[in-house]
Amino acid sequence: MKNTVISMRNVDFDYDQKPALQQINFEIPQGAFMGLVGPNGGGKTTLIKLILGLLKPQRGSIELLGTPINKFKNWNKIGFVSQKANTFNRGFPATVEEVVSMGLTAKVGYLRFFSRNHREKIKEAVDQVGMAAYLHENIGDLSGGQQQRVFIARALVSDPELLILDEPTVGVDTEHVQKFYELLHKLNHDKNITLLLVTHDIGTMTRHATNIVCLNKTMHFHGNPDQFSSLSDAELSNYYGHALNLVSHEH
Amino acid sequence: MLANFFQYEFLQNTLYTGLLIGLIAPLLGSFIVVRRLSLIADALSHVTLAGIAFGLLIEKKFAAGIITPFYSGMGFSVIASIFIEQLRSVYKAYQELAIPIILSGGVGLSVVFISLADGFNTDLFNYLFGSVSAVSRSDLWTIIVISVIVLAVLFLFFKELFMLSFDEEHAVVSGIHAKRIHFLFILLTALVIAASIRIVGVLLVSALMTLPVAASIRLAKGFKQSIILSVIFGEISVVAGLVSGYYFEIPPGGTIVMTSIIILLAALAVKRLRINFFTRRTQQ
Repeated sequence: MKNTVISMRNVDFDYDQKPALQQINFEIPQGAFMGLVGPNGGGKTTLIKLILGLLKPQRGSIELLGTPINKFKNWNKIGFVSQKANTFNRGFPATVEEVVSMGLTAKVGYLRFFSRNHREKIKEAVDQVGMAAYLHENIGDLSGGQQQRVFIARALVSDPELLILDEPTVGVDTEHVQKFYELLHKLNHDKNITLLLVTHDIGTMTRHATNIVCLNKTMHFHGNPDQFSSLSDAELSNYYGHALNLVSHEH
Repeated sequence: MLANFFQYEFLQNTLYTGLLIGLIAPLLGSFIVVRRLSLIADALSHVTLAGIAFGLLIEKKFAAGIITPFYSGMGFSVIASIFIEQLRSVYKAYQELAIPIILSGGVGLSVVFISLADGFNTDLFNYLFGSVSAVSRSDLWTIIVISVIVLAVLFLFFKELFMLSFDEEHAVVSGIHAKRIHFLFILLTALVIAASIRIVGVLLVSALMTLPVAASIRLAKGFKQSIILSVIFGEISVVAGLVSGYYFEIPPGGTIVMTSIIILLAALAVKRLRINFFTRRTQQ
């Protein structure tokens, strides 16, 4: 039986006593590629923050890699590419190598320094996302798609078992979105990294994900892509709270 | 001209202090600029002025060196750095509000202390714009200690500070103690300001932390290179500023900042030339 990477049981979360998430129950097995979809304000980013330990649920329990989240210490096993990765300070004078090195900062620990092994790991991660030629370039000089790859390399450098990506393709051109999904596919299949992808790009995601959760304050759907695709327009519109046209397209 | 700086003790003190602040001010300034905290240095320097005015008042009223303006300035600066952090956590949505509050508070307190002392003479002028003759041997030793502390902390926590500067959310998610590291950083800023004031003066101290960095980030590839360049620019500004200030009998704060501005303009010109050169090559 596969190990469970994330387990949420009866999780409720309120912002100032207003319910933001209610009765969240799901498990992500190791090696899964889970797509998290739902309308804006439906609680997707809140759910990610709960998983990352940035927020604490009022009720229910969360386990990461089999450990209750309040006792979880292995944060380097969780890679995270934030929505904000697109809005970083582009004038910041940091090379690709320097940005990716940040993924090892917590693992190396306080009062310790990067070793030659760490530098090799950084090069490997950059190579893995196809950015080796840009190792010494300033990140601000790269295109949106290239920057996104660098942030994925930063998340990968600590050898995570789970990679969480919060709307990573916002602001990335269509050609790079295609390459981005190819990269995710490679990480999921070849490296057996469990993926949790928050996205609005439902059409493309359903072709790659193994599980899909649809979230709008509570879980409206949890199943595989075939089950998701067989949902009627009326059911989807009901989950989203407004009419929805699902367009599946090849980039 | 430069020979005098090796001949007389008071000029030696000034030169060594200058070389130290030419190193630590842009070094710390590199983090301050990329974290968009340039104005915090300004706010802290104005509170340092209040501390100096307090020290001068005590000196004048009690005619004794119970507390020297240098130490009272440093004390006020450190206390203000703690207040800034408190205010930033109280006004989470308006974190920049901490700056005008502390800055105006500093100037207000300075005015009160200066009035209570019925004004000061040249001492205050030296603190405002810097002086080539104001650094004593004991000041120099204090500045050496501050420099060693700043260099040690930056060296030991470099990777954490760099991560916090680039992406605070990611740093927190990774388990970095953002609040503690940030507090340490603000404390260092207060110490560097106090150390720099004798030479550059209260009103221009933040310039030495930001102008060399403003020039270096236009030219550098990467953060480490930007730090190295900013320190080189800082040292050139301090040495050229001190020597010309001494020669023309101008407070060194003014000449140091003007040298920094010239370096900044040169950096901007070099960057523009580089861009034009590469655009032309790609067009060909």
